[in-house]
Amino acid sequence: MLRFILTRVSLVIPTFIGITLVAFFLIRLVPGDPIETMAGERGIDPVYHAKLLKEFGLDQPLYVQYGYYLGRVLQGDLGKSIVTRAPVIAEFKTLFPATIELATAAMLFALILGLPAGMLAAIKRNSIFDHGVMAVSLTGYSMPIFWWGLLLILLFSVQFGLTPVSGRIAVLYYVQPVTGFLLIDTLMAGDFAAFRSALWYLILPAIVLGTVPLAVIARMTRSAMLEVLGEDYIRTAKAKGLPPLRIITLHALRNALIPVVTVIGLQVGVLFTGAILTETIFSWPGVGKWLIEAIGRRDYPVLQGGTLLIGTMVMLVNLLVDVTYGLINPRIRHTR
Amino acid sequence: MTTIETRAAPPGPLREFWHYFSENTGAVAGLIIIVAVVILAVLAPVVAPHSPILTDNTAFLRPPVWQQGGSWRHPLGTDAIGRDMLSRLIYGARLSLLIGISVVAISIAVGTVLGLVAGFFRGIVEITIMRIMDIILTLPSLLLAIVIVAILGPGLMNAMLAVAVVVLPHYVRVIRAAVISEVSRDYVTAAKVSGASKLRLMFKEVLPNCTAPLIVQTSLGISTAILDAAALGFLGLGAQPPSAEWGTMLADAREFVLRAWWVVTLPGIMILVTVLAFNLLGDGLRDAFDPKLKR
Repeated sequence: MLRFILTRVSLVIPTFIGITLVAFFLIRLVPGDPIETMAGERGIDPVYHAKLLKEFGLDQPLYVQYGYYLGRVLQGDLGKSIVTRAPVIAEFKTLFPATIELATAAMLFALILGLPAGMLAAIKRNSIFDHGVMAVSLTGYSMPIFWWGLLLILLFSVQFGLTPVSGRIAVLYYVQPVTGFLLIDTLMAGDFAAFRSALWYLILPAIVLGTVPLAVIARMTRSAMLEVLGEDYIRTAKAKGLPPLRIITLHALRNALIPVVTVIGLQVGVLFTGAILTETIFSWPGVGKWLIEAIGRRDYPVLQGGTLLIGTMVMLVNLLVDVTYGLINPRIRHTR
Repeated sequence: MTTIETRAAPPGPLREFWHYFSENTGAVAGLIIIVAVVILAVLAPVVAPHSPILTDNTAFLRPPVWQQGGSWRHPLGTDAIGRDMLSRLIYGARLSLLIGISVVAISIAVGTVLGLVAGFFRGIVEITIMRIMDIILTLPSLLLAIVIVAILGPGLMNAMLAVAVVVLPHYVRVIRAAVISEVSRDYVTAAKVSGASKLRLMFKEVLPNCTAPLIVQTSLGISTAILDAAALGFLGLGAQPPSAEWGTMLADAREFVLRAWWVVTLPGIMILVTVLAFNLLGDGLRDAFDPKLKR
């Protein structure tokens, strides 16, 4: 077991080095050197420029520079934003909870609808319900979510006036950030009106972000369930005369969930791609919108640090999924 | 006389394939939509009533014909600077298909070579290639595309390159897996024994037998490419105005979401329908190539 975990963890190291290389070269491939980039459009005095180059070690060969960069990264120093002059990691820390809150809500939405829909579709195979679920999920999977967001705003915010158009909470509420998760912070402060407001602002973005995972989960649950329902032990259970509900929940679902859990874990990257678009549409103050704004302002240290942090995060989640998968399924653990 | 003979002959592989494919109504519908979009794209100058970039000073944000204020001059209305929506949507089909096909062509070309090499040479070469692909897969696709565009600068060409890099690992993986399963077959051993060179083995013997998964991946890849390129366009990093790319059109339309539904809804419907069609086709192709999978 320990051996299995250690191999998986050691496989992560080259990936991490790769991500740092991408981040390292990002700022060097952009036209102009990093000092000019940091100076921005105001330009910089050549003498001072040369002095800074030396100071930051930018006159050294690339591999030495990369060594310095890796050293700084491992100490948690990701540089400073050109625009705000704040450390990239500090900005990331304040914005990240907003993205997590949105992504969690989206995932809950996808799970609550996707699991039962996929299960029912498999049980009632080839019924109208099955075809309906498959059609809807393929549509969801093909959905340009940036448009889907606009469409929902058009419908629910403009036409019916039900939900707010953008933002994270109504401006009249001020919540002291403790955890950074507004739903938790408002509850801790006992401010239920603010909680309701935050929840209300969360609904549309969560639906938009959850659409693609919902489609993937429904499809995956259905096919995993179909596979399990064809197994011999299900036939045995039926032959024993067990009630269908018991067979499905106790015998089939538990085994069908294994591949589904993996797929859920792998949705983290997809969720982040979606978060960039969703946050942009709804002006949700998270890391996705932060990165897009950084491009607009040519704030390369932010883009560099953000890419590194998000890449590492996705990598670690994948590792976690991989290891958990090995823990629940011994067959995986023992191959290789 | 000849007709009797052909009827008696066993169905050729193409006909057998068509038999399975045509059973799948979704896939056939996808194919029909794709053919329609291709025809629109090819005949754009003929079927589009106006130029996609011509502005009409007398008609800003004119609604579609069936709404009050609409006219047959602009059947689907006009955008904020008086360009004909219908014409822009039709020309948009050109761009989206161009994007989809070019991206997939680039990634197939590069992916096939990398996949073949990885599958054939194994060892350190394989590990290096597959690790790099893993890194590409680890970074969220849109984030990686954004980083590449940030380096190269926004624009349609750079967006296509970025998307090609992002989808590359899928092709490498598909080809490598197919190669590994083919290499141990008897016909490859026979070719090897008869003295075929490595290159001949790779391209002449093994590659033709890997086409089925590649064709499926092509259809699915085109849909991903169209979707990702539209997302980049929407973020202002893909095709630049005034080009009539559907994602870019949506970016322009964002501020009119409150008063002109047609500039917001129509480009999105085009993206959705086209992407859905390619996904339907891809699913249908997969089932048709592997009828066992259906059961």
